[in-house]
Amino acid sequence: MQADRKLLYDLTPELTRTSTRWYITFFIFFAFFAFGIYALILQIDKGHIVTGMRDNVVWGFYIVNFIFFMGLSYSGALISGVLHLFHTAWRKPVIRLAELITVISLVIGPFFIFFCIGRLDRLYFLFIYPRIQSPITWDVIAISTDLVGCFIYLYLSFVEDFAILRDFDELNVAPWKKKLYRILSLGYSGTPRQRKLLSNARTIMSAMIIAIAIIVYSVLAWIFGVTLQPGWHSTIFGPYFVIAAVFSGTGLLIILMWIFRKIYHLEEYITKRHFVNVGVLLTIIAAFYGYFTFSDYLTKWYGSIKMDSILIDKLFNQYYSLFIFANYIGILLPGIIIAIPKFRTIPNITIAAIIALLALWVNRYIIVIPTLETPFLPVQDPRPDWIKYTPTWVEWALTMAGVSIFAMLFMLVSKIAPVISISEMQGKDQNEIMK
Amino acid sequence: MKGRNNSDKSSRRKFLRKLGTGIGVVSLTGVPGASVIAGSKTESGEKIKLLSPEGRLVEVDRENIRPARETTDYIKEEARKGLHGRKFVMVIDLAKCRNARKCVEACQEGHMLPKDHEWIKLYLLQDDRNTAPYWLPRPCFHCDKPMCVSVCPVGATYKRDDGIVLVDNQRCIGCKFCMTGCPYSARVFNWKDPEVNLPPGQAYDPETNIPPVEGTVGKCVFCADKLRRRELPRCVTACPMGVIYFGDLLEDSITNGEETVRFSKIMDERAGYRYREELGTLPSVYYLPPFQRLFPFERGLEDVDEETRLRYRDAGPR
Repeated sequence: MQADRKLLYDLTPELTRTSTRWYITFFIFFAFFAFGIYALILQIDKGHIVTGMRDNVVWGFYIVNFIFFMGLSYSGALISGVLHLFHTAWRKPVIRLAELITVISLVIGPFFIFFCIGRLDRLYFLFIYPRIQSPITWDVIAISTDLVGCFIYLYLSFVEDFAILRDFDELNVAPWKKKLYRILSLGYSGTPRQRKLLSNARTIMSAMIIAIAIIVYSVLAWIFGVTLQPGWHSTIFGPYFVIAAVFSGTGLLIILMWIFRKIYHLEEYITKRHFVNVGVLLTIIAAFYGYFTFSDYLTKWYGSIKMDSILIDKLFNQYYSLFIFANYIGILLPGIIIAIPKFRTIPNITIAAIIALLALWVNRYIIVIPTLETPFLPVQDPRPDWIKYTPTWVEWALTMAGVSIFAMLFMLVSKIAPVISISEMQGKDQNEIMK
Repeated sequence: MKGRNNSDKSSRRKFLRKLGTGIGVVSLTGVPGASVIAGSKTESGEKIKLLSPEGRLVEVDRENIRPARETTDYIKEEARKGLHGRKFVMVIDLAKCRNARKCVEACQEGHMLPKDHEWIKLYLLQDDRNTAPYWLPRPCFHCDKPMCVSVCPVGATYKRDDGIVLVDNQRCIGCKFCMTGCPYSARVFNWKDPEVNLPPGQAYDPETNIPPVEGTVGKCVFCADKLRRRELPRCVTACPMGVIYFGDLLEDSITNGEETVRFSKIMDERAGYRYREELGTLPSVYYLPPFQRLFPFERGLEDVDEETRLRYRDAGPR
């Protein structure tokens, strides 16, 4: 298969050479990752006592990271799936990134729930003694389905590119990579029949992953929603979590667009137009997300069932700064930056996305932790760590390890296939996509 | 009643067949299970008195007794079924409780719990600043619609025929979902190795949750092992004030070890209630309001050590 020469020359250099900077960055991430592994070994050896979790706050950073990473996987479902379905032309340079975010975060997410499990050696019990009544079983089914679905969707988008790379003779890469392209391209040569099959498959999968993603995140929200705990027992949690997930996925997409544009010199392909368009999407989602947040807390505050008002009271006192950051700054500021045309520059939009992403993580934190610190029967304990949750270095280390492995996997994949899909870009009216 | 005894016997017979050894006996001396090899050649001459499953006292030569390790499966199977034709309830008289903490101590001792694990907990509660403070002993409520059982992904925690909710810590994966599911904070987690010294070869018994396992959940078991022996739970017998009554709802009778009363009558006379009825979990534990209490409320705080007092430092109207 032959492709546009210019495209190939622009997008393939990162496959053929690897800079020292790449190695250094990779090594730094690897060091963090290795430190996380050490922390994990320690946790398995000494027990969960090395974490900040105790009998009241039984889920801490790990579950926050779990729902956070699972949420990031929405980037693929929305940007790639929805925009694919609507044939939006400008999506083409950014869909590969979105799909990669989806699969990589979906692989990492479940590990955080494993860290939360007291007996990892019995993990297979989930499969040999499953009980369908339990939302965790729903989660096992939903996440594994999502993982398979998203992986297939990602792979389908790669097939054509692998064929192009296989047939690009001037590509000066290691023989194993060439061999890999040959195997992974599955003999695709771009015949009309192959084209049609692939295109149909991708359309079907794009619709399916949207549905699966909504189910996955709703199930995840129901883990909290089905319990009786104040703050969690809410009917709004399913859709609220879904919209929050899309918010974080879109935010991360903008950040990665900025990083790869800068480092892999893709200024010509990822332009201001993409930042503005994805940014506008982020603003629209922020509006929905803010609306859900507001209605959730308003009903709890106004109706003020005793437990709810104790919780709200805690959020506005003990968690005041986190609450303001997560639910005011994190939602309003990105919206304002992007909504006002004068502020719409690439760095500004990226900063807005960073704020949005951090604020969303904090939002997850103040959904999980304060509720667990506010059980129906007051926590009466002489030990301070039983009353208030404070993450230990072990939890920080594993959180950093999660971020590191995310970055490492991204860096590795970017060396095997271009982060911008060649097949999507070629033969299209470039003006339509880039300007 | 008769039917119950029969089924009891037949299931025990099954157990004996399983062992294939002859006579099965439950030791009087507290060894949880033992088997006797009939017709062993060597005899020490030293006889030990044991209670047969039928309730007869028998004498067996010491040499013939073997620890019954193989019985784990039997114990676990029976512990899942529970005592047939029973529905256990507990009634806690808040008017009598003065935070003596003897229930906590007896429970910890009986279940080999570390000092920081409390299956029964004493709360100092005051619903509002205009209402009276009171002590609230909180065991597991053994709900009839237990949230913990619903959310368990592997069936490690289960509801039995007799109403008791147990945890099988050999099945538990430690996901802690039951702990967030329980609205009464009744569950504790083994955050580290429990380090209990057990007699070697002791089989795991879900009815006592001994031995505890790191990374799994534990909680009040209503002393299911004692109930099987027709004895009262440890907290009931340990309480110096007779706060805790225990009994069978189907027999409509409960006892605190000193007096036996009709469950329905005491509920009626003392306006018994369940904690947070509105949550809909249908607890098996009922409370009698602290009406005309036996002691002034202050009696709960002066006899306790500093650490215990520390835990109530923030207690107050809520």
